[in-house]
Amino acid sequence: MSLHRFANPARFLRLAAIVQPWCVGLGALCLLGGLYLGLLRSPADYQQGETVRIMYVHVPAAWMALFVYANMALASAVALIWRHPLADIAAKNAAPIGAGFTFVALVTGSLWGQPMWGTWWVWDARLTSVLILFFLYLGHIALVNAFDDVERGARAGAILALVGSVNLPIIKFSVDWWNTLHQPASVLRLDGPTIHSAMLTPLFLMAIAFTLLFVALLLINMRAEIVERKIRNLRRARAAES
Amino acid sequence: MNAFAALVRRDLRLALRQGADAAMVVAFFVLTVVLFPFGVGPEANILARIAPGILWVTALLAAMLSLDRLFQADYDDGSLEQLVLTPAPLALIVLAKCLAHWLTTGLPLTLAAPILALSLNLGTEGYPVLVGSLLLGTPTLSLLGAVGAALALGARRAGVLVALLVLPLTIPVMIFGVGAIDAALAGLSPRPHLLLQGALLLAALPLCPWAAAAALRQAME
Repeated sequence: MSLHRFANPARFLRLAAIVQPWCVGLGALCLLGGLYLGLLRSPADYQQGETVRIMYVHVPAAWMALFVYANMALASAVALIWRHPLADIAAKNAAPIGAGFTFVALVTGSLWGQPMWGTWWVWDARLTSVLILFFLYLGHIALVNAFDDVERGARAGAILALVGSVNLPIIKFSVDWWNTLHQPASVLRLDGPTIHSAMLTPLFLMAIAFTLLFVALLLINMRAEIVERKIRNLRRARAAES
Repeated sequence: MNAFAALVRRDLRLALRQGADAAMVVAFFVLTVVLFPFGVGPEANILARIAPGILWVTALLAAMLSLDRLFQADYDDGSLEQLVLTPAPLALIVLAKCLAHWLTTGLPLTLAAPILALSLNLGTEGYPVLVGSLLLGTPTLSLLGAVGAALALGARRAGVLVALLVLPLTIPVMIFGVGAIDAALAGLSPRPHLLLQGALLLAALPLCPWAAAAALRQAME
């Protein structure tokens, strides 16, 4: 059994129809649980007070911003190497979702920064590199849609996604390389997380919820696009007949 | 290597004969910089404080403005197809195009910058670093721009699209360029910033022609 079995669009559509409701259901459960634990049951921070609860949205959104881009770059590489149409569709439809997560991370970070740092925005390395990531997403969306030929747009978008992936390690390590205002990693560390489990549990629940939300949205978008292409081909065939 | 030299010579000759292009980029640079004293106000100390940023941002925009000339004309008249078909590696051809582009935009911009810096009252310690950082930075801009220009070939509204694609990638080049000049003005060593700029150039030198070549190949399909 190889991965190629899932490369068939018909099989993909059948599988997606099964997976999608599970993603939506489990994602909604995790989201509700995470929000309940995070917003109502977890303790306030001894320094940040109640503002710390913004973290339960901000941190998973920021993780997803990177995760979605990494997925997009991977799908782009697959599309370029094996010329796989499904990978093209996956990369194209992941970009708006990733841009959404990046936007949420930027906005929630800004809302947190106002009471904590006393400013909505600072030009430190982490914030700047995430802003660049947001622009990369927008550039990718614009490029993919700028061509009359769908294939050509997808191919150009794939190359851009790979070029832009140099930004991912810069974002991850920006808090270590530069002396920034943004705090360094406290969960994904070699010596284990430095957060108490009462805060870590809702954070992970939210991360799982966001991941499932991403998968669900991606599947919905991809199914819609496949159906759209089918309809376009049928229309074209009918136009050719008459 | 013969193809490389021949292509650089051809592009330079085209740029010289059509003349106006390179001059227009420098004219844009001069005019935009001159706008700042009117916009910000003519106080000498404020202008001196923001001069490195003004010069770098406008140089960046001027370089962006000229990117469509990199491949578009060759794409339109079909000579790009012939270049793709030549036995020379496509990445090398892209590199030659970038070199010619830098010689007709990056280099004139670098030469014009110190004169404009005078009008902005830049401190004397800043001049050698300004020229050095532009010399190190503008080739990176040409290389990154080649990727964007190749990707946007044949797209609708390609000019705006190229700026949208390339500008986010050029931000680090500018940060370290301005950082070097600011460090020199503050009496610190500009060396670390210049070294980082050099590192960016060295990373872009092999990677960008390769990515641009891939983009050109799929544009030609």
